[in-house]
Amino acid sequence: MTDLIPFIVLVPLAAFVINLFFGSKMKGSTAGWIATIAVFISFFITAGIFFEMMGRPAEERPIHFVMLDWIHVGRVQVNLAYLIDQLSIIFMLVITGVGAFIHLYSIAYMKGDRGFWRFFVYLNLFIVMMLQLVMADNYLLTFLGWEGVGLCSYLLIGFWYDEDKNNNAAKKAFIVNRIGDFGFLVAMGAMLYQFGSLNYLDVLGSGNNMVDGVRHAGLALGMGSGATIITIITLMLFLGCTGKSAQIPLYVWLPDAMAGPTPVSALIHAATMVTSGIFLVARSNILFALAPTTLAVVAAVGAVTAIFAAMIGIFQNDIKKVLAYSTVSQLGYMFLALGVGSFTAGVFHVVTHAFFKACLFLGSGAVILAMHHEQDMQKMGGLKKYLPITFGTFFIATLAIAGIPPFAGFFSKDEILWQAFSHGSMVLWLIGAIAALMTAFYMFRAVFLTFYGKERFDTHHHTPHEVDWKMWLPLVVLAILSTAGGFLGMPSVFGAGNVFEQWLEPVVGKGTEIAMTAGVAESPALEWALMGVSVAIALFGILLAMRFYKSRTTLAKQEAQLGAAYQLMHNKFYVDEIYDKGIVQPLYSISKNFLWQIIDVRVIDGIVNGLAKIAEIGSGSIRRIQTGIAQNYAVLIVVGLFVVVGYLVMF
Amino acid sequence: MGILSLLIFLPIVGALVALATRKAEAAKWVALITSIVVFVVSLVVYSDFNAASNGYQLVEQVPWVITPGLYFTYFVGVDGMSMMLVLLTTFLMLVTILGTWNSINRSVPGFMALLMLLETGMLGVFCSLDLFLFYVMWEIILIPMYFIIGVWGGKRRIYSAVKFFIYTMAGSLIMLVAIIWLGIEAGHVTGHFTTDLTKLMAVSQKLPIDVQHYLFLAFALSFAIKVPIFPLHTWLPDAHVEAPTAGSVILAGVLLKMGTYGLIRFCLGLFPQASFDYSTLFSVLGVIGIIYGALVSMVQTDVKKLIAYSSVAHMGFIVLGIFSMTREGFQGALIQMINHGLSTGMLFMMFGMMYDRRHTREIKEYGGLAKMVPLYATFFGIAVFSSVGLPGLNGFIGEYLTMMGAYYSPVLNTWSYAVWSASGVILAAVYLLWMYQRFAFGLPAGAHPVSAHGAEHPVEQDTHGHHTPDLNWREIVAVVPIVAFMLWIGIQPMSFMKMSEKTMYQMSDDLLKMKQGGMTTQTSMNQNTSAQKAPMYTAVMPKTTSFTSK
Repeated sequence: MTDLIPFIVLVPLAAFVINLFFGSKMKGSTAGWIATIAVFISFFITAGIFFEMMGRPAEERPIHFVMLDWIHVGRVQVNLAYLIDQLSIIFMLVITGVGAFIHLYSIAYMKGDRGFWRFFVYLNLFIVMMLQLVMADNYLLTFLGWEGVGLCSYLLIGFWYDEDKNNNAAKKAFIVNRIGDFGFLVAMGAMLYQFGSLNYLDVLGSGNNMVDGVRHAGLALGMGSGATIITIITLMLFLGCTGKSAQIPLYVWLPDAMAGPTPVSALIHAATMVTSGIFLVARSNILFALAPTTLAVVAAVGAVTAIFAAMIGIFQNDIKKVLAYSTVSQLGYMFLALGVGSFTAGVFHVVTHAFFKACLFLGSGAVILAMHHEQDMQKMGGLKKYLPITFGTFFIATLAIAGIPPFAGFFSKDEILWQAFSHGSMVLWLIGAIAALMTAFYMFRAVFLTFYGKERFDTHHHTPHEVDWKMWLPLVVLAILSTAGGFLGMPSVFGAGNVFEQWLEPVVGKGTEIAMTAGVAESPALEWALMGVSVAIALFGILLAMRFYKSRTTLAKQEAQLGAAYQLMHNKFYVDEIYDKGIVQPLYSISKNFLWQIIDVRVIDGIVNGLAKIAEIGSGSIRRIQTGIAQNYAVLIVVGLFVVVGYLVMF
Repeated sequence: MGILSLLIFLPIVGALVALATRKAEAAKWVALITSIVVFVVSLVVYSDFNAASNGYQLVEQVPWVITPGLYFTYFVGVDGMSMMLVLLTTFLMLVTILGTWNSINRSVPGFMALLMLLETGMLGVFCSLDLFLFYVMWEIILIPMYFIIGVWGGKRRIYSAVKFFIYTMAGSLIMLVAIIWLGIEAGHVTGHFTTDLTKLMAVSQKLPIDVQHYLFLAFALSFAIKVPIFPLHTWLPDAHVEAPTAGSVILAGVLLKMGTYGLIRFCLGLFPQASFDYSTLFSVLGVIGIIYGALVSMVQTDVKKLIAYSSVAHMGFIVLGIFSMTREGFQGALIQMINHGLSTGMLFMMFGMMYDRRHTREIKEYGGLAKMVPLYATFFGIAVFSSVGLPGLNGFIGEYLTMMGAYYSPVLNTWSYAVWSASGVILAAVYLLWMYQRFAFGLPAGAHPVSAHGAEHPVEQDTHGHHTPDLNWREIVAVVPIVAFMLWIGIQPMSFMKMSEKTMYQMSDDLLKMKQGGMTTQTSMNQNTSAQKAPMYTAVMPKTTSFTSK
């Protein structure tokens, strides 16, 4: 099976190349099927490797595979090589598995679009790049994937490039991500400086040695030489994560990214790409564990993002915008988990979130298609009877995200809240819990607005139809996973061990152990109690949504009566406007009116042209001496003679 | 006559034949065939070149001006650095002639002859090992470029051509003074005035340090104008905007590299101590160039001007890499020279193709090209992303290595240059993607969106109803090889960088050894900082930093 590792990447790459060159000539859905089958093949190989890994003892599971050499200059010694271990295989399964079903869905969703083949070209390229990101054996190759998925995201957000709105969203996504990439680049420089290598095995190995050094010397964390630099490295890496994984302050691109086709939102902007940041932190867990300051920042940013995005999500009326803000919020939960040192809980939430959020997005896509590209929930309603399968799956996924047992989201979210409480602080738990309340509320608000109540659209001219099998099959598969996926990571208080935690232990165990220094003593009673509280919170949120939106539907007009709070949340706290007025416009105006018009044109060219002018004027006046009149020359000769003789006489 | 001389002077033969034909079509074919032959000869040179050995190879030295007291030789040779740039020159010239086939409509034989003459000059610059010969070649380039801009240029061509000429001339005259000074100093040692680079190496470093400083600055000024380094860059936008496409491509693709090549070969090579002393100045200017160039590029409304200012930013990375003097910095700077030649060269060439169709440089006159001319937009997009520095394409390798070189350079001794230059990565995305969006996406200028979804809206024509044809076969043949190299360098950079590894490593190691040696006589504070930053000329990589040892 190990020999097949290159094909995980090469098969989608081949499909990409085939569609790139011949896609435009293909008839019907051929390009889509080629792309989809390629990703399924990738998934089957990945699954095969996964089962093979399971059969081996934990320490023999990681596979190191060198594809090609890449850059070997001075200290920069990196290959195009893969490190497949317990962490990357989980991400690979999600990427290829969820990815394959989203490809299948897209064949139906994108049917008849002028750029059908182009869509699958980008989608395949995305799969290839995303795999580079998680399979890489060094930070630089991860960075290649990191930028590569950014490129695909850019191309897919702006897929319908006739409209400037989409192009602006695409550009914004790429540029905001580049701000994060700046951090990634600086981190890599510092890493090279400190460890002399960019390979995960070297860097994390050195990290491990440092951990032992800390213990040996009896130092506290974040002390000793090298500690500052580790803090800088991790903070800069985290800046990269805030870009890719849409955290404060760089989350602003993700809601706009919904301008892309809905399968893209499901695959890239919910299930896979946006979780790259979690992957990076989990991968570098030992470094983060050595930098308690960074961990505190990660936890704080995660918690604040979780509640902030949830607040914005409450009053959005565009169904995809609601899901986008909920994604930002859920990613915040994941970082909260990482920040308190529970890398397992963070990664586990990545997996369950991939299932239910992909299901939600694909469901919203089915709704949008049925409604002829209408995304405003105020113009929907009563869709339950028209779209039974979509409704059923959407409802299950909503229960999962709201954290109702036994759906997948319950286990992962509850684990995060418990870790935040026991290894973080009461405040972190409280923020997480309130955000969970809001999540349950706004998600059920979306369900009720969309599927319940009376139809708020013209039913005479248009009856929505349930979607094609290529679209509902992925919905059903994801709904099943959203239901059952959680049992993988059942908390140990349930009796059976946490399978997921045991699986990841060799990768994140040491980091977790170091990071979780202080902690409440394990108390099953307390854990059960908190679990009860979080379920109660979720139920309360659902009931609240039911009260306002189920039967006599509350719409924007009534919501607006809430006044300033509504305005603030509905307008997303005006963050985009603040960035625009505070950063974008001043930078443009300074560049144009000062740097270009003053420095370049007036000052530098002024000096250059001024020098030329002086030469011109100077030579112009000297030229006048040459009058061509012999008498003048004679006078000058005499004057000159007097001067020379006078000089010689006097000195 | 050796193969290098054949390479250098073949284009002149082509130039004469092109002039002799007196017919446009025939002259183009002569130029094309000449450039193909020259490219093939450069490949032969490369096959004779041994990347594993050090020093100058394929050396030819024949007496030229020998009088009592004067000793000029015709002295050429290549090392890893010049080999790369020679290949870039011959390759770019070939694709440029192919890509701009129909751009010039009057006095074509003259134009082609000047292009060929330009090629001789450029190859001569990169191969000269005698400063007098170097100076002659350096000046030869001015003449064809002056006429290319001044005769075949746009509306303000005279102003731009004169500005280009005087700017460059001012720098090179000062360089000439420095060359003569050095020659005289060499005369004191060897007995006769000589400008043989290998002999000057032994002389220059024994000069009093203040003289070294003057001479360094004289050379550096000339090269800085050529690069161009901020604030000596204002000739560049004007020259690019007015130059015909072929002129812009060669100017950006090769001519600017003569400046950075000169910095390494002569400034650092002859005056290492002065280079250390001025490394801060040049790195600061390099970083200013990166950020300033990007910001000014962002606000341009003229496509060619925008690309011209982006060159200032990209060349800033090269300057930073050079003055980091690390292995990564040197190799990164060199590959960045190649990359900038490919990506900016391609941007200018592709824009030229569109200019020939639409005759405007204003960004706002464009839009919707992705739908009108999809193939064109795709290739243009690849060039844009190469220029943005997307990993997997060529641009990333150079920028990344120069940054890493600057990061822990014992010469610069601070992270800050690297960190500031990394911000250029953000800005590059801003100005290039914004330009590409306005250029290729949306609807054609002035068109009104018909359907909200827009997917079915026919926009194959521009607002005036003119049909804009997509790339033809000739143009595809011109751009595909460039894209192939972009991918090749991005994915397998070592197949190119091995060529220059020996040379650049040696230069870097020598310089850093000297720097480290000089350190010991300085204050103890400096010693500490240099000790912390492990010297990179040691072959062994410092694997781990022990946590407890300090």
